[in-house]
Amino acid sequence: MDKMPRWADIVLIPVFSLVLAFLLSGLVIVAIGEDPVAAVKLMVTGALGSTYGWGYTLYYATNFLFTGLAFAVANHARLFNIGAEGQATLGGLGVAFVCLAIPWPHWALALPAAIIGGALFGAAWAFLPAWLQAKRGSHIVITTIMFNFIGASLLNYMLVNVMRPTGSMDPATARFPPGAHLPTLHDLLAVFGIPFSKAAPANISFLVAIAACVLVWLLIWRTRLGYEIRAQGHSEPAAVYAGIRPVRIVVLAMLISGALAGCMAVNNVMGEAERLVLNAVEGAGFIGIAVALMGRSHPFGVFLAAILFGFLYQGGAELALWTTIPRELIVVIQALVILFTGALDNMVRMPLEKLFLSMRKGRG
Amino acid sequence: MDFATVLQVLDSTVRLATPLLLACLAGLFSERSGIFDIGLEGKMLFAAFFSAAIAAVTGSVWLGLLAGIASSMALAGIHGLASITFRGNQLISGVAINFLAAGLTVVIAQDWFQQGGRTPSLLGGARFGPLTLPFAETLRDVPVFGPIYHDLISGHTILVYVAFAMVPLTWWVLYRSRFGLRLRAVGDAPEAVDTAGVSVIRMRFTAVAICGVLCGVAGAYLATALQAGFVKDMTAGRGYIALAALIFSKWRPWYALSATLLFGLLQAVALRYQNIEMGGFVLPVQVMDALPYILTVVILAGFVGRAIPPRAGGSPYVKEQ
Repeated sequence: MDKMPRWADIVLIPVFSLVLAFLLSGLVIVAIGEDPVAAVKLMVTGALGSTYGWGYTLYYATNFLFTGLAFAVANHARLFNIGAEGQATLGGLGVAFVCLAIPWPHWALALPAAIIGGALFGAAWAFLPAWLQAKRGSHIVITTIMFNFIGASLLNYMLVNVMRPTGSMDPATARFPPGAHLPTLHDLLAVFGIPFSKAAPANISFLVAIAACVLVWLLIWRTRLGYEIRAQGHSEPAAVYAGIRPVRIVVLAMLISGALAGCMAVNNVMGEAERLVLNAVEGAGFIGIAVALMGRSHPFGVFLAAILFGFLYQGGAELALWTTIPRELIVVIQALVILFTGALDNMVRMPLEKLFLSMRKGRG
Repeated sequence: MDFATVLQVLDSTVRLATPLLLACLAGLFSERSGIFDIGLEGKMLFAAFFSAAIAAVTGSVWLGLLAGIASSMALAGIHGLASITFRGNQLISGVAINFLAAGLTVVIAQDWFQQGGRTPSLLGGARFGPLTLPFAETLRDVPVFGPIYHDLISGHTILVYVAFAMVPLTWWVLYRSRFGLRLRAVGDAPEAVDTAGVSVIRMRFTAVAICGVLCGVAGAYLATALQAGFVKDMTAGRGYIALAALIFSKWRPWYALSATLLFGLLQAVALRYQNIEMGGFVLPVQVMDALPYILTVVILAGFVGRAIPPRAGGSPYVKEQ
C-alpha cells in the first residue's frame, strides 16, 4: 500500500494532533467564560516574555526532557514504562543520599556524583518490573503502576521516619550543603555577561538534559545495543532469530529508562528545592509520556515537546495567577495531547493519509 | 482488641471495599472482552464529580447517580472509540482518560461552584442515607449474631448492597448466560466469535459500556454516600487498587469480592491505626498503604499461582480480509 511521505508522518500528524488538542482546550476556556486569545497572550508573555518566564519554562522543560527520554527509550523496545514517576521519586532519594553524605567542596564534584546516585536509584526501581516482564511475563504497565505507589509510600516512610532532621515537623530532608548547590542559568550566563533572571530555578541540569538527548540519540541509532532495542521493539521473534536475547534487551532498556527518569532529580531536588520533599516529582513522570508521544520517541522531538510542555506549565501557572482559569487546565491539555497523539493516532492519520493518496493519484 | 472494635473495623472494611468492588467488576467486564482499562480511576473521578454536582444543584441524589453514570459512560465512549474503532493503544487511551478526568473535574468545579475545585457539601436528600434492614433493631440484643447483623450487615447505603449483589449477578452473566459466553470468547479468541457471526465490535462496546456504568456507580458512591461531596482527586488511587484487585482475582467475580474485601480491610486498618506494633516490631502505616500494590506484584510475578490475562487483551481486532 502507498504511504504518506515521511515528513508528513513526522511533522504533520503531531502538529495536527496538537492543533486539535489546543482547539478543544480553547473551547474549554470559552466554556468557562474566559477569552482564549487573551489567555494565549498571557501565557506567551508569562512564559516567554521575560528571562524570568524563560527560567521557569526551561526548568520545567528539563524535568520533562528526562522523563520524556525515559519513556522514549523504553518505547523503542515497545515497553510501556509508565513508572517514570516512581523512578524519578527514587532518583530523588538517591540524589538526596549523595548530597547529604559528605560536605561537598564544590558543585562540579557533587553534580556527577548526584547524577550517578539518581540514575542508580531510578534504574534500581525499574529493575524489578523489567525483570518480571522479561522472565515471568508480568505486564510491565501494571507492575510499573504498582511501583509508582510503592515508591511514594517508601519516600513517605523515609522522609517521616528516617531522613527528617531531629526536631523538624516538616517531612523533608535537611537542606543540602552549599557545596551541593548547582549554578543557575543566571550564574552560568553571567560569565558571558548575559543578564538572566536570578529568581528563576533553571540551572545547569538543563545542559545535562541536552547532553542526555545527544547520548540517547547516539545510543538508539549509533550503537549495537540501540539497534537491538529497536529490533526487539519491531518484532520480538525476528530479534530472537537474529540472535538477540529478549530478556537482556528488556532489562537493559528499562534500566536505561529508569536511570534517565532518576536523573530528573538532579534538576528538581538538587537544582531547585535543594532538599528532598514529599511528592517532589509532581506528575512530571506522566508528562514524560505526552512529551515522548508528541516527539515520536526521537530525542530531538522530545526536546521540542519538552520545551512546549515547559511553556504550557509556566504559562498555565501565569493563567492561574491572573485569571479564573485554574492550573488544572494544563492537565486537560496534557490529556488531550496524549489522547490525540497516542490513542486516537489513527483518527488523525487515516483522513490525512487518504488526502495524501488522493492528491498523489490526482497528479499521476 | 474487643468484639466491638473488630465489628467497627469490619464495618469500615465493607464501606471502603464497595467502590473497589464496583470498579473491579467494571474492569472485569472490560478486560474479559479484551479491552484493557487503566482508566477506571478517571471514570470514577468523573462520576464522583458529576454525581456530587448534580446532587448539590438538584437536591436529588438519584439524579446525581444518573449524572455520574452518564459522565462515566461518556469517558468509556472515548475509550471505546480510541481502542475499538480507531484501534489505538488501549493503555495510552486509559492514561489520557485519567488525566482528562483529573483536569476537567477541577476546571469545571472551580467555574461552577468557586470553592477551590470542590462541590458544596451534600445534605439530606442529596446524599445516600443508611438503610436499616428488617428486624435489625429487634435482633440487636441477640448475642454475637445481633451486633453482627445490626452493625455490620445492616445500616449501609443502598449502593453497598447493589455492589455486593453485583458479584453473583456478574458470575451468572459471565458463566451462565449466552452474553457471558460470547464476552469471554471475545476476550480470548475474537476471530472465533467473528466466525460464529457475532459482532466483535458490538460485544466490546457493550462490555466497555457496562464498565462505564459500574465505574459511574462507584464514583457516585464515593461522593454521595461514603463522603458528602466532591473534592479534588478524591478517588486517591482507588481505580488502580481496583485494577490490582482484578489481577489479584485473576479476572473472576467471586475472587474479585475477596480481593477487594482484603484491600478494603488493609485500608480500614491503615485508617484506624497509624503504626501497628507486633511483638516489639513496629509496622509503619506506609507499609499498610503499599501492601495492596506489593501483593499484586507478588501475584503478577506468578510465585503464588499465575495470573493470566484474557488472551486477546490489549490488541485491537482486525477482521480478516
